[in-house]
Amino acid sequence: MATRGFTGRRSGSDETRDRLPPGQFLEHGFPVLSAGPTPRVRTEDWMFTLKDGVRPVKSWTWAEFNALPQSKMTRDIHCVTTWSKFDTAWEGVMIDDILGDAFIEPPTGFTLAHSFDGYTTNVPTPDLVGGRAMVALRYEGKPITADHGGPARLLVPHLYFWKSAKWINGLQFTAKDELGFWELRGYHRYGDPWKEQRYTND
Amino acid sequence: MRWQNGTVTRIVRRSPTVSSFFFKLPEFIPFVAGQHVSVRLTAPDGYRAQRSYSIASAPEETAHIELAIEKLVDGEVSAFFHEVVEVNDEIEVSEPIGGYFVWPPGQEGPLLLIAGGSGVAPFISMARHKLLSGLDTPVLLLFSARTHQDLLFRDELAEIVDRRIGFDLLATLTRDADPPAGVRKGRIDAAMIAEAIGRLPSALHRVYVCGSNPFVENAAQLVVDAGVPPGLVATERYGV
Ligand SMILES: Cc1cc2nc3c(=O)[nH]c(=O)nc-3n(C[C@H](O)[C@H](O)[C@H](O)COP(=O)(O)OP(=O)(O)OC[C@H]3O[C@@H](n4cnc5c(N)ncnc54)[C@H](O)[C@@H]3O)c2cc1C
Repeated sequence: MATRGFTGRRSGSDETRDRLPPGQFLEHGFPVLSAGPTPRVRTEDWMFTLKDGVRPVKSWTWAEFNALPQSKMTRDIHCVTTWSKFDTAWEGVMIDDILGDAFIEPPTGFTLAHSFDGYTTNVPTPDLVGGRAMVALRYEGKPITADHGGPARLLVPHLYFWKSAKWINGLQFTAKDELGFWELRGYHRYGDPWKEQRYTND
Repeated sequence: MRWQNGTVTRIVRRSPTVSSFFFKLPEFIPFVAGQHVSVRLTAPDGYRAQRSYSIASAPEETAHIELAIEKLVDGEVSAFFHEVVEVNDEIEVSEPIGGYFVWPPGQEGPLLLIAGGSGVAPFISMARHKLLSGLDTPVLLLFSARTHQDLLFRDELAEIVDRRIGFDLLATLTRDADPPAGVRKGRIDAAMIAEAIGRLPSALHRVYVCGSNPFVENAAQLVVDAGVPPGLVATERYGV
C-alpha cells in the first residue's frame, strides 16, 4: 500500500540504491545505539578470552592482542533501526587470526560474543571465519571511541550491526545456538539485512 | 513482524516542534509502557522508509496509540508527518517492539526516569500507566527541555504530580533565562541527579534514560558516577 503523499527522499544514484538493503537509508553521521551506559574500559584492564563452552582456551592482554596480525576491513554497515553507512574503515584482528594464535579449529558451529557490560550476541561460527569478521581496534585510523564500542568491538559487517558487539571481551563456542541479549528481546536470531531479518519472526 | 494499517484519528500540537499523532489500529496489540513501534511509509514506486517511535499512550488505553513525533529539519519521516499527514490518512504501524526499555514486571521500584526533549515519550506512557493502573511503584521523572514551551505534556504531568500517587517531577530548562517557579535552570548535572535520587523514598530499583545520544551519554554517565550500578541503567537513544 502506498502512503498518501509520500515520495521519499531517494538516496542518490543507482549505485547507492543497489548498495542499500531493503528498508535502509544512507546515513552520513554515525548514530549510537546501546542498551545501557557506556562502559569506560581501560586498556590496562582489557582482556580478551576465547572459550570452548565453559573452558577457557586462551586469553590475551591489550598488548598481546595488538601484537597479533592486524588487518583492514572497509565495509558498508547496516543498523536494524534502518540507517546504513557506506565504506566504514576498520582495523583489527581477524577472527581467523585469533583462532590461529590459539591453535584451534572452530570446535562448534555456534558462537556467543561477550562484552564487558554483560551484553551478549550469538553469531554462527561460519559467519565469523573465512575473512568475514574481526575484532576491530581502530576506526578511520583512530582508536575506537568508547560510545562506539572502544577499546575493541566485534565487526560482522554482513549482519545487522547489533551483532557487532561493542566492548567485546570474549568469544565463546557453544554446543547449540544460544540467543544473546537482543535476540532474547524480540530481535532476529541471525539478522541478515538483505533478507530484512530484523525481528524474531521476520 | 506484524504490520497493520493504522488510521490517523487526531493530531495534537504539543510544542512548536512536536505533535502527537493518534492511530486507531484494526487490532489493538497489548504492549508494555516503554515499548516502541516502527512506522513504515511507502512511495508509489515501492520505495520505503521506516523509523521507530515510542508509544506515548498508556497500555490501558486500547482505543488508540499515541506517538509524539518531533519535527527534524530535513527529516525524511518526521517532516513528512508534520507537513503531509492529515486525519484519516492510513499509515503502516508495526506490532510493539522492545523487551528491555520497559516498565518492570511486578511492583518493583522506585524508578528514576530521565528524559531529554522528545525522549519523554516512553515516560509519558509510564506516567499514564502508573495513574491508570493504580500501581504504587514510586517514580520520579527528571525532565530536561530547551524552553518552557518544550516541556512536553507539562500540564498533564503537573496534574499527575498533584494527585500525590507517588509520581514526582523535577524539570530543568537549558535555554530559558527565567524558568517558572519550581523549574531548574541549566543542563542536568551531578547535583540534579543527586537531588532526584534523594527525593525517592527508598533505594533505586532501575533508571531509564531517553533522548538524543549526547543527552543520554551525559545523563547515564552522571548516574553511574553517582554510584548507581551500570546494570540498573537502561538507555534508549533516539539518534545522532
Ligand atoms: C527506539 C526509538 C524510539 C524513538 N522514539 C521516538 C519518539 O517517540 N519521538 C521522536 O520524535 N523520535 C523518536 N525516535 C527517533 C526516530 O526514530 C527518527 O530517528 C527521527 O524521527 C528522525 O527520522 P527522520 O526520518 O525524520 O530523519 P532522518 O531523515 O532519518 O534524519 C535526518 C538527519 O537528522 C539527523 N538526526 C536523526 N535523529 C536526530 C535527532 N534526534 N536530533 C538531531 N538530528 C538527528 C540524522 O543524522 C540525519 O542526518 C526514536 C528512535 C528510536 C531508535
